[in-house]
Amino acid sequence: MPTGVPIEFAGVTKRFGPVAAVSDLSFRVEPGRVTGFLGPNGAGKTTTLRMLLGLVTPTAGSATIGGVRYRDLLSPLSSVGSALEAASFHPGRTARDHLGVYAKAARIDPKQVPIVLDTVGLTEHAARRVGGYSLGMRQRLGLAFALLGDPGVLVLDEPINGLDPEGIKWIRGFLRQLAVEGRTVLISSHLLSEVQQSVDEVVIIARGTLVHRGPLSSLEIEGAATKVIVDSPNRDQLVAALGAASATFEEARAGILVTGLEPGQVGHIAFAAGVEVSSLHRQKSGLEDSFLALVGEGGSL
Amino acid sequence: MFLPALRAEVAKILTTRIWWVLAIILVVYIVFISGGLGALFGFFSTSEGQATEQAPPTEFLAPMLYGSVSTFGYVFPVLLGALAVTSEYRHQMLTPTFLATPKRGLVLGAKSTALLFFGAIYGVVGVIASVGAGAGALTLFGLDTQLDNSETWAMIGRGVLALALWAVIGVGLGALIPNQVAAIVVILAFTQFVEPTLRAVTMFADWAASLGRFLPGAASDALVGAPSLFGVGATGPGVDPLEWWQGGLLLAALALVLTVLGYFVSWKRDVT
Repeated sequence: MPTGVPIEFAGVTKRFGPVAAVSDLSFRVEPGRVTGFLGPNGAGKTTTLRMLLGLVTPTAGSATIGGVRYRDLLSPLSSVGSALEAASFHPGRTARDHLGVYAKAARIDPKQVPIVLDTVGLTEHAARRVGGYSLGMRQRLGLAFALLGDPGVLVLDEPINGLDPEGIKWIRGFLRQLAVEGRTVLISSHLLSEVQQSVDEVVIIARGTLVHRGPLSSLEIEGAATKVIVDSPNRDQLVAALGAASATFEEARAGILVTGLEPGQVGHIAFAAGVEVSSLHRQKSGLEDSFLALVGEGGSL
Repeated sequence: MFLPALRAEVAKILTTRIWWVLAIILVVYIVFISGGLGALFGFFSTSEGQATEQAPPTEFLAPMLYGSVSTFGYVFPVLLGALAVTSEYRHQMLTPTFLATPKRGLVLGAKSTALLFFGAIYGVVGVIASVGAGAGALTLFGLDTQLDNSETWAMIGRGVLALALWAVIGVGLGALIPNQVAAIVVILAFTQFVEPTLRAVTMFADWAASLGRFLPGAASDALVGAPSLFGVGATGPGVDPLEWWQGGLLLAALALVLTVLGYFVSWKRDVT
């Protein structure tokens, strides 16, 4: 089982003419975890990943994988697997031949081709020309390319984009499994909600600069005040009880939205007033709110 | 590292359809030209009422027909070479290509080598077409095929080499003009119009003819050494055509210069 090595960005900067796409970006991605690389469209995520993979030359700084630049890796596809865009295929080539070509180039055992096609669920379409593939199938083929060399490090640009709900559920579980196996997994997305169920760590950039990094839970703390959703078969009684306890709340379709109290405190108020509670949970939207607040700070988009 | 890259480049060509589509067009085209001209001149030289001097003598006619593979067919390996490069740009395949082989010069070298090989295959296929159709037409009219002449076979071998070199020139052109449509337009315009026109114009003066023999198509004809159809008298009496090895070196140098230029113009740039 290949084990992951850390990815390290050190002062990475890229200018296209006078425009700085990425400015002095430094962060580290650890193995054994899924790291979400987040930011709005145009924030510089793809450029950053392309610099990591030696496709774009940084204006300054360096990006390394286990301390080695990508172009100096002895067997690149067996060290780092990456999927960057869903369109990097010759439309007249079959999926099997597409993977076969790069297996040859990277000296990977051709037996890996049917294995990775099976992993991503494309076995029955392996002999079809890629030109007839749907976006979701192209995403899967891109992922198969990334997995070809059974690498310890995976870099995936917007891997969830274009997948159907079943595919999204599958890839979330798959990414988790890769991280549990000890691999380094870095996935980019412009939507926190898309990846928040799969990532452990987040790195957020806006306008090419780092705005936040830390575990996913760090967003909750910095986020808006906690909200608790509570409901009762007898909602009027519950409203009266909350009013008597002078809690701040508003009525919503899904229940009563309480601000500034923990779920336990709300439950206690209901219990003390003898009101039956049918649901009681913390609202999840705090993450998205703080994400938007962070990327909004840079005034991007 | 070079051999895996070479195997991948060969596989890239074999796993798409364009190489055999172009090869079939090459064969049909050359059979038409070599067989058609052979029949035409054969008819002239044997029919009564025609002065036999009007038709070229057979020691001239046979190599001219066999050499049509490079005189007329060289555009096909150029197109194959250019398409091999421009499709990487067009379908954004440089990303997986450079991910698998980050040493970019190595990839370009492997591509040139693979195309040298496929250009030679085009040469062999084209020679079978030109010799088959040409010799067939000559035999039909009872003319000597010159196939027992070792010089004919040396010329045929040089024709294969010419097509191999043209494929590598195509790689250089593709790297220099990564836009696929633009590359095809430039290749067709140059090989079908600009170069023939220049060669026709330059034959009117010795000083121009001494420059005209360095045109790529003229160098290619010099390498093959076959009497070229539109090259008849292209060089004036005072100007000798290039030696075959000079023509070959000129084509090889052209391939090298275009490829190195292409490397700096497009190949080593950021892949975004």
